[in-house]
Amino acid sequence: MKTMVDEPERQAPSRLETVMRYLPKSPADREAMMREIGISSIDELFSPIPAEYRLKRDLDIARAFSEAEIVDYFRQRSAENAAGFKIFLGAGAYNHYRPVVIDMLISRGEFFTAYTPYQPEIAQGTLQAIFEFQTMVCELTGMEVANASMYDVSTAVPESVMMAVRVTGRHSAVVAKSVHPEYREVLKTYAHYQGLPITTIGFGNDGRVDLKALEAAVTDQTACVLVQSPNFLGTIEDVAALADIAHKKGALLIVSIAEAISLGIVKPPAEADIVCMEAQAFGIPMGFGGPYCGVIGTKEKYVRQIPGRLVGQTLDRDGKRGFCLTLSTREQHIRREKATSNICTNQALVALMANIFMTIHGREGLRELAIQNLAKAKYARGEFAKKAKVLFDGAPRFNEFVVVTGDDPHAVNDRLLEQKIIGGFPLKKFYPELGNAALWCCTELLTKAAIDAAAKAVTQ
Amino acid sequence: MNYPKELKYTKEDEWLRIEGEQGTIGITDYAQNALGDIVFVELPKPGATVEAGKSFGTVESVKAVSELYSPVSGTVTEVNGELADAPEKINTDPYSAWMIKVKLTKQSDGLMSAGDYEKYASERG
Repeated sequence: MKTMVDEPERQAPSRLETVMRYLPKSPADREAMMREIGISSIDELFSPIPAEYRLKRDLDIARAFSEAEIVDYFRQRSAENAAGFKIFLGAGAYNHYRPVVIDMLISRGEFFTAYTPYQPEIAQGTLQAIFEFQTMVCELTGMEVANASMYDVSTAVPESVMMAVRVTGRHSAVVAKSVHPEYREVLKTYAHYQGLPITTIGFGNDGRVDLKALEAAVTDQTACVLVQSPNFLGTIEDVAALADIAHKKGALLIVSIAEAISLGIVKPPAEADIVCMEAQAFGIPMGFGGPYCGVIGTKEKYVRQIPGRLVGQTLDRDGKRGFCLTLSTREQHIRREKATSNICTNQALVALMANIFMTIHGREGLRELAIQNLAKAKYARGEFAKKAKVLFDGAPRFNEFVVVTGDDPHAVNDRLLEQKIIGGFPLKKFYPELGNAALWCCTELLTKAAIDAAAKAVTQ
Repeated sequence: MNYPKELKYTKEDEWLRIEGEQGTIGITDYAQNALGDIVFVELPKPGATVEAGKSFGTVESVKAVSELYSPVSGTVTEVNGELADAPEKINTDPYSAWMIKVKLTKQSDGLMSAGDYEKYASERG
C-alpha cells in the first residue's frame, strides 16, 4: 500500500503507547494481561523463535491513521470508480434498482452480525427470514422445496447436475450451449473430476435449444438435461417441450435462471425437476461479481438429495410455531463423504436482501418491474435493428438480445464509453460463430434517451 | 435387548431370516436403539441385486444416517412398503419391521448366532 499522507519522519511510538482504535484491547488491558502471566513485553512471547529469525525492526507500513484520514482515503479511492454510466451489460449480472430500505434493514446488528443459525433457540429471526426466502423462491419458480441458498448460480448449476446423477443413478449429462458459458465452465470442472461425460447441444435461429439434436442426444444413460431460461442469448425456452424430451427417457430437467426479474412475468418452469437460479437481480448489488445468491429448488420427492441448508417450520415444546435447520443428515458434518455436497453454509445476508426485495415488490410489483424491462428491451431492439442486425427473432425474449454490428463490438463499446455508456457483452470469446455479436441488456433503469444514444452510436 | 434365536446376525447389526431360498433382512434391537427415532429408510426396488457385505440402502434417524449392509447376495423380491409411511415401526418392533426379502444366491461369511451377537452387542455398550 502506498503511503497515505506526506508526513515528516518521526520516531515510531513504542508498542505499549500505540492506541489502535480498531482493536478491542487497550494498553491498560495489555499491561494487566502481561502482569498476570509474568512478562514485561510482548516480545517475550516470541522467545521460542530463534533470535536470528525474529524481525528486529518495526514493519515498514504507514503509521496509524485517524478515522477522518481513513474515510478520506477511501472516499478518494471510491471517486476513481466510474459513476453515472448507463449500463447495457447483463450476461449474468443485472443492473436493477435497489430500494434503499434493503441496506437499512440488513445493516441492523441482529441480522448483520448474526452467526449461522445452528442453535435455533437463539436464531429464530434469521431462520424465519430464510424460511420466507425459500418459500418465495418456490412460489416464483413452481418448485415445492427450495434450499437456503448456495454461493451463486454458477455453483448451483453443477450441484444440481450432481443431484440429478444421485437421483437417477445415471452418469452423464446433456447441456445446452445457450446456458451461460461461465456456468458451463464451472460444471466442466466438477464433471471432469467426477468423470462425468457432458454432451453439448446447440441452438437454432430462434435462439432456442435445438429440439431434434436434444432428442438424439438424450439416452437412458442421461441423468439430466440442463438448460437456462431466459437463456444466455436472451431467449425464453419452451420448457414444457424440453421436459417431455428429458422425461421420456427418464432423465431429469434442470432449468437454470440468471435474470430473476424474468420470473415476474415469464411462466415459471414448473415442468422442471430442479431449478437453479441466481437471485442477484433481487436487490443484490452487482458488486464487481459478488457475493451473489444461488438457490436450488426441486420437487418434494427429491428433497433428500438437495444440497445446501434447509430451514423447516416446526412447533416448539409449547406448541408454538418455530423454525430450525432440518434434514441435516444430508449434509457433510453428518454424512461426510456420502453427503449431498461439501457446502455447509449459505448466503444468509444476500438472501436476506433478496427476501426484502421480493417482499417489498410482491407479485404485482415484480410483474410491473418485469413489464418495464420487457418494454424497454423491445423498444431498444427496434432502434438497434434500424442500423444493425438483431439476432434470434422468432421466439420470445425477456430483457436481453444479441446484436451483430459491422464493427467489432469492442470498438463499438470504446466509442460508447466516451458517452458514458457501457455497451453490450461481446460474444466472440464464447460464441465465435456469431461474428461481431454482443449481448445487450435493458433494465428498468435505462431511459429512452439512453437507449436512443446507444442505438445511434452502435453504428457509424 | 432382544435377539431371536432363529435368526442370524451381522457385525453391522442386520438380522437375517432364512427360509429355503428366501432371506428376510432387517436391523436389530441394538441398532434401532443406537440410532434413536428413525425417520426415513432408503431401500432398493424389487429386481435390484444385492451383494453380501455391500450397502443396499440407508436408515436415517434424527441424528444420523447409517448404511445398511446386506448379509446375502441375491435379487430383491420384495420391499416392505409400510416403512415408507411408518419408519418408526423399526424402533417399536425391529424383528417384524423387515426391510427387504431376497432370493439368495450366497450368504456372507461371519454371520453370528443370537448368542454370539448378544455377546458382541454387550461388549460395545
